[in-house]
Amino acid sequence: MTTLFFIEHANGKVSDQSLKAISATKDLGEEVHGILAGTDIESVVEEASKISGVSKIIHIENDEFSNILAEKLTSAILDISDNYNYFCAAATTTGKNVMPRVAAKLDVSQISEIIGVESNDTFIRTIYAGNAIATVQSSDAKKVLTIRPTAYKAAEASDTGCEVEKINPENIPNISEYISEELTKSDRPELTSAKIIISGGRGMQNGENFELLDKVAAKLGAAVGASRAAVDAGFVPNDYQVGQTGKVVAPELYIAVGISGAIQHLAGMKDSKVIVAINKDEEAPIFDIADYGLVADLFQVLPELEGAI
Amino acid sequence: MKILVPIKRVIDPYVSIRVKSDNTGVETDNVKMSMNPFCEIAVEEAIRLKEAGKAEEIIVVSVGNQSCQETIRTALAMGADRGIHVLIDQTVEPLSIAKILSKIIDDEKPGLVISGKQAIDGDNNQTGQMLAALTDMPQGTFASKIEIDGDKIQVTREIDGGLQTIKLNMPAIITTDLRLNEPRYASLPNIMKAKKKPIDQKTPDDYGIDISPRLKTLKVIEPPKRQAGIKVENISELVEKLKNEAGVI
Repeated sequence: MTTLFFIEHANGKVSDQSLKAISATKDLGEEVHGILAGTDIESVVEEASKISGVSKIIHIENDEFSNILAEKLTSAILDISDNYNYFCAAATTTGKNVMPRVAAKLDVSQISEIIGVESNDTFIRTIYAGNAIATVQSSDAKKVLTIRPTAYKAAEASDTGCEVEKINPENIPNISEYISEELTKSDRPELTSAKIIISGGRGMQNGENFELLDKVAAKLGAAVGASRAAVDAGFVPNDYQVGQTGKVVAPELYIAVGISGAIQHLAGMKDSKVIVAINKDEEAPIFDIADYGLVADLFQVLPELEGAI
Repeated sequence: MKILVPIKRVIDPYVSIRVKSDNTGVETDNVKMSMNPFCEIAVEEAIRLKEAGKAEEIIVVSVGNQSCQETIRTALAMGADRGIHVLIDQTVEPLSIAKILSKIIDDEKPGLVISGKQAIDGDNNQTGQMLAALTDMPQGTFASKIEIDGDKIQVTREIDGGLQTIKLNMPAIITTDLRLNEPRYASLPNIMKAKKKPIDQKTPDDYGIDISPRLKTLKVIEPPKRQAGIKVENISELVEKLKNEAGVI
């Protein structure tokens, strides 16, 4: 049988998240087909056809799929589901939106956000925001998986492209409609894909002081995050929030500034490769998990940091 | 219009998780439990719609052991009208919960279902989408704003790069993200009033649903512990370490 992987793309390129997550499919031991959707995306289709390990690309060429809606994509995947025994996607907001709908239609229990494949029916995933790691075995004949991109390295490109099949699904449900998208206009990377994140906590004292973090972030090409305490205090909006009830991140470098290290926050960032903590309270729990700790007044050292990099 | 709000009882988000020493799961005995934070947001949104005159009745449903009744009472104290408790002691997978909920939808015929986007214990993020699939309703997941417009609902969704707006036919399934609202606390008089609100108790058998699990948890372990690293004296030492030792900048 075969694995079907949903490939996302944006701005004329295959998404980095998909390139990473598709690397997990080689551990399933089956042939891998990629499926992607959109019109006038010949260069993306060509790029996808060269992803190492993919033996066929299925291209949904239909205007209804220019923006992915779960109802429509599920219907297209179900049309060809007899040919496949694994259905996979990156655990992005799109993957998380679509795949459980596919799973329920196939009467299958999805395994969400896996970080490892132990065997063809056994998978490793985190629960409780990474505070525990579960090994889960599925008895379903067909398996639906979402894959956490940060757990894998991006698949390489091969020199030659694989076969591409165009399909044009019929009887697409018309119960939902795309209206618009408002992507955050920022030179900064977004939190979930940033290589470096600098976050502020209650120690920042107010929203204006987040500018100090912005300046350092601009120099490092980093995203800016915040603890729940900073969000609750109204310093920054909720989409900055890193933590169990916010975004779970795992960048190469996480700099926590004026963050004490509540469990809530640690759950969202403790898988970062290198953690730096800057806090004037040397007893702050954040120092227990930081690789590099600096006990200092953040208002003094942030400008120094900006100047030193 | 009726609004159905499925809610889940989970370990309180501010409690430290302990993995059981036999690696079969996470310790839940004598641990403080609360309503899943995303479910609180769902209950709040339903109440706001009712207060705005868009809905007449809010029904909360919880699937789980006897103590779920407490969680239902919390939602009733916030302002929901009545509860349905589907009693079951074992762990139930999202697919089974979605199946039970789809039967309740058949009975109650709500115009809208609002659920949390995920529970903070299993982190599955599946039930709302699965329920939408089983009922063939459209889904507005990770909502940060909803607006009912006649027989349609406009949903602003939190997506990876920003916000997306979609329009769905009703009835529809909405799952909540953090920015949708700030849930209220129940006032003392409302807590007293909630004690008189009805909770219907059911079992999966009442709905003729097979809830046998498809997944088996082979083991649950603690994540590798991070060791505390070193303290640096100043910024120049920090930058030097990040450049030359860690190689991350």
